[in-house]
Amino acid sequence: MAIRWGSYKKGPFFDELIEGRNKPRPAAKELCQYLRSLSDRDLVEYKTAASTAIQVMGITFTVYSEEEGSIDRAWPFDIIPRIISTQEWQKVQEGLKQRVRALNMFIDDLYNDQSIIKDEVVPASLLENSKNFLPQCKGIKPKHGVWAHICGSDLVRDQNGTFYVLEDNLRVPSGVSYMLENRHVMKRVFPELFEKYNILPVDNYASDLYNMLCELSPRDIEQPEIVVLTPGIYNSAYFEHAYLAQQMGAELVIGSDLVVEDDIVYMRTVEGLSQVDVIYRRIDDAFIDPEAFREDSMLGVPGIMRAWKAGNVSLANAPGSGVADDKVVYAYVPEIIRYYLNEEPLLPNVPTYKCMNKDERDHVIAHIDEMVVKPANESGGYGMLIGPHASKAEREKFVRLIRRDPRNYVAQPMLLLSTAPTLIDTSAEARHLDLRPFILSGSDICVTTGGLTRVAMRKGSTVVNSSQGGGSKDTWIVDMEG
Amino acid sequence: MLSRVAHHIYWMARYLERAENTARLIQVNTHLLLDLPKSVTLGWEPIVDMLSFRDTFYEKYDTADEKSVIRFMVTDTRNPGAIINSLAEARENARIIREIIPSEAWEHINNLHMTAKEDGQSVLTRRHRYDCLNRVIVGNQTITGLLDGTMNRDEGYAFLGLGRHLERADMTTRIIDVRSASLLPEVTAEQSAFDNIQWMSVLKSLTAYQMYRQEMRLRIQRADILNFLMKKDTFPRSLTYSLAQIKQCTSELPNPAPVIDQANTIEKELAALKTAQLKQEKLHEVIDDLQLGLVNVHNAINDNYF
Repeated sequence: MAIRWGSYKKGPFFDELIEGRNKPRPAAKELCQYLRSLSDRDLVEYKTAASTAIQVMGITFTVYSEEEGSIDRAWPFDIIPRIISTQEWQKVQEGLKQRVRALNMFIDDLYNDQSIIKDEVVPASLLENSKNFLPQCKGIKPKHGVWAHICGSDLVRDQNGTFYVLEDNLRVPSGVSYMLENRHVMKRVFPELFEKYNILPVDNYASDLYNMLCELSPRDIEQPEIVVLTPGIYNSAYFEHAYLAQQMGAELVIGSDLVVEDDIVYMRTVEGLSQVDVIYRRIDDAFIDPEAFREDSMLGVPGIMRAWKAGNVSLANAPGSGVADDKVVYAYVPEIIRYYLNEEPLLPNVPTYKCMNKDERDHVIAHIDEMVVKPANESGGYGMLIGPHASKAEREKFVRLIRRDPRNYVAQPMLLLSTAPTLIDTSAEARHLDLRPFILSGSDICVTTGGLTRVAMRKGSTVVNSSQGGGSKDTWIVDMEG
Repeated sequence: MLSRVAHHIYWMARYLERAENTARLIQVNTHLLLDLPKSVTLGWEPIVDMLSFRDTFYEKYDTADEKSVIRFMVTDTRNPGAIINSLAEARENARIIREIIPSEAWEHINNLHMTAKEDGQSVLTRRHRYDCLNRVIVGNQTITGLLDGTMNRDEGYAFLGLGRHLERADMTTRIIDVRSASLLPEVTAEQSAFDNIQWMSVLKSLTAYQMYRQEMRLRIQRADILNFLMKKDTFPRSLTYSLAQIKQCTSELPNPAPVIDQANTIEKELAALKTAQLKQEKLHEVIDDLQLGLVNVHNAINDNYF
């Protein structure tokens, strides 16, 4: 069955392309018309063309399974793009910049004066129980006061179409290479659509990243040595590490390629040791330096923290940035923005109950069947309770978990996530999605044009993680006035 | 260039070359057996000796018969010198640097390893053996050509050449040694027809037969063959040629002196060598020396760059 918008089942959600009684939104009009003109055969052909392109370009992600070990899977991609108008995007962009600016000021403050705690805007207990606060970073002042140079924030829309920030990833956010590759695939498969639309390009991310990293160099030289530090080929985001290194013309290194002597980081080359200025590290804090953190880490570089503290090398993101990447801190972000910037937040948070406060905890427990409960320090959608879909036993288990360790849990009302038409066989069906833009902070802040749209391929599901059956779409920011 | 990356390129090239040469050797031995009369008992044991894995072999097998040796040298994952292991190592090295080598080359290497795994059983029967081994030989030739036609002539390419030519030189000396020592009796004036065939097989192991004929225009003679395989600077699998290539590749790299010194030492030895007067026992000693020299070249590369 080819795509017939009349029979598209929208549900009670906000749909990215279709509004009211199955009418395309203004920005999606051309696209919807075009899709309707395609026969089943065309659709299959385009779909095949896209997956061939993905295979040929070698776009993969790594999944680890007990039986098969680590395997490379082709990146799951849906050929129907998601469209956002420039006017709407500009507001989101401003909101993200504001948010990341405040978060960086917050991290810098926590490791230095802690005035936000002295002023009792956030409770001291927040810090005392934070798993990601690194006492080793106290007193350090990175360049521009920026700790989280690369941030990936997850955005969702509710049933009214309002964008909310669901979480901020300030440690080692991944996905940006897929955003770039999705666009390459679309250009190969649907060149004719790019003639109809004025789609803003996404391509300059790698050079923005490179420029930002160059700025961080402690040595004032023409071409600082920048490296991407990866845990290695078995990491699920290895493709991305290699891709970004390649796009920036930086060396892709593993821990054993680097060595620290007299608090200076060098890489081992065929010409001998060569000084490294900036490390875009894609290894978690705990593993980055066996001297400072986990002794058993085989991935890190002994002494790298010393070199960083001595100011001889820059690390992006700075160690300890994860302190703000905590679901309890998340709940305080609106206050954090007001405190540091004296502004009202432009992008709202999803209302969040902090189980550490008794009133809020009681509310969560009383309404557990309506709540999404999340542990403070997990990522990738693990260890969550989705109240409305959970069994009684699971809900009771979470009530016990919350009572035992309230600091570790937050809860949010179940959001009705927006949907977009997604090609299932040869017809368009509504599937839930989110959006992860990437924000680069150096002397200036810049936001990707759009971001990575992740879509839950299973009907009714809201789990978009690629490790759990999620797919992705190209995200178009289109100028409707031009 | 990162030392680790250079190291992986170097070993990828060595293992590929090793797999190809091992396949050639087995190929030729199979053919040779068909030509020899039943009364001549020519074994498979020399093939095991060639890569110095005699002890490993007898830990696992009782007799060096055709099936056991082929299994051991081609598919037995417990033998570090088996073709399947050389290809697995080549693949693992290539996988780690797959962003650096041309992506088609990675695909071919991956494919070569997969095919060899699938061919595992059929290589044991003579009827299928030719095709299976030929796939390994052609596979490596394809990869060599592909890298040659697509890679930048930078440090990475120099390490590729170093690995390939050092391994080739090493394999050439091993083949000469084992072949001449165990297969062939001391040359006498009345050279029998079978000696001829056996010497031809030495040449064929190295795909040198045709080139020898073209270059030397001589009948098959031990001294000339040794001269050709060791000293001929136009034949791309001769020791002299490989050494020249090693020097050429090293000259593209920083601080080439220690490696070039070692290569020069071997070249001097070769130049002083008079193959006509080389008795079998002496030949074995000479080859031992040459192999030691090649080990020194490898150590110099290792200390200097990795």
